[in-house]
Amino acid sequence: MSEAALTETGDVLLEGTRGVITDFSADKQTFHMPWGKAMMWFFLLSDTFIFGVFLTSYMTVRMSIRDAWPIPSEVFALSFGGEPIPLILIAIMTFILISSSGTMAMAVNMGYRKDRNKTFWLMIATAAFGAMFVGMQAFEWTKLIVEEGVRPWSNPMGAPQFGAIFFMITGFHGLHVSAGVIYLIVVARRVKNGFYERTGGNYEMVEIAGLYWHFVDLVWVFIFAFFYLW
Amino acid sequence: MAQDTEQQHPISIYFWIWGLLFVLSFLSYMVDYINLQGPIRWTLILLFMFLKAGFIVAIFMHMAWERLALKLTILLPPIALGIFIVLMVYEADYTFLTRIVFFGEGAALSVHH
Repeated sequence: MSEAALTETGDVLLEGTRGVITDFSADKQTFHMPWGKAMMWFFLLSDTFIFGVFLTSYMTVRMSIRDAWPIPSEVFALSFGGEPIPLILIAIMTFILISSSGTMAMAVNMGYRKDRNKTFWLMIATAAFGAMFVGMQAFEWTKLIVEEGVRPWSNPMGAPQFGAIFFMITGFHGLHVSAGVIYLIVVARRVKNGFYERTGGNYEMVEIAGLYWHFVDLVWVFIFAFFYLW
Repeated sequence: MAQDTEQQHPISIYFWIWGLLFVLSFLSYMVDYINLQGPIRWTLILLFMFLKAGFIVAIFMHMAWERLALKLTILLPPIALGIFIVLMVYEADYTFLTRIVFFGEGAALSVHH
C-alpha cells in the first residue's frame, strides 16, 4: 500500500469525487501543484476558447454561404515536377509538430531526472522543429498570396471568405508557435545556466513550458482536421 | 511540494504515444489521399482527431495523472463551447436556407459546401 499523498500543510489528500470536494473547500490551495502550472492550465483553457470560437466561426461561414469553398487538398498541393501531391506540405508540417511534441515530452522527463544537458538539447530540438514549422507556414502564405492571389476579401478559387478565415486561424496559430519557440529557448538557456538550481532545484518550469507547447500541437490537430482535411 | 511523484514515468510511454500519434496522423492524411467522401470521410477525420487530441492531453500533458479537481476544471468548460457549436450549426443552416429563399435559386451555386 503506497503512502498517502499529503497537502502542503500535512493533510491527507483524498481521491475521486471526495477529493474534488475537499480540494475546492481547502483552506489555502485548491490545486496541489506549483501556481505557475495551474496558471498555465488556466491560460490554455482560455486559449482553447479563443481557437474554439475561431474554428466555430469558420464552420458557420462555410455552412451559411452559397459559394463553393475552395478544396484544400487542391489548394495546398505541391508538385515536384510531376503530379501534384495533395496536402504534402501540411502533412510534413504535422509530422514536424508531432516530432516536436515528442522531444518536448522527453525534455520534461529529463528535467525531472535533473539531466540538464539532455533537457537543454531536447528543448532546443523542440524549438528548432517549431521554427521549421513556422518557416513552412510562411512559405505556404507566400505561395497563396503571391501565386494564387488569395486575399482576406477574395480569391480566384471560390468563396471570398476563404482567405480571411485561413489567414486568421493559421496566423494566430503561427504566432503561438513563434512565441513558443522564443519561450522554449529562454527556458532552455536557464536550464543550461543552472538558473533553476539556484531557485530551488526543481524543473517544473520545463513541464510548464511543455504544457504550452503540447497545446500548440493540439490546436494544430484541430486545424489540420477541420480546415485542411474536411 | 505537495506530491513527491513529480510526474516521472518510464520514458517508454512517451515513445509509444509518439509513435501512435504518427500512425494516427498518417491515417488522417490517407483519408484525404484515397479521396474518401461523405459521412465516412467526416467520421474518420473526427475519430482520428479526437484520438490524437486525447492522447496529447492525457499523456503528453499528464492529465491522466492529475487530480480530478484539475481534470474537471479544464475539461468541463469546453462543453459550453460544444453547446455553442451545436447552436451555430442550426444558425448557419438557417442562414443558408434564408439566403436561398430570399435571394433566389442558390443551391446550384454550391458545388463544394
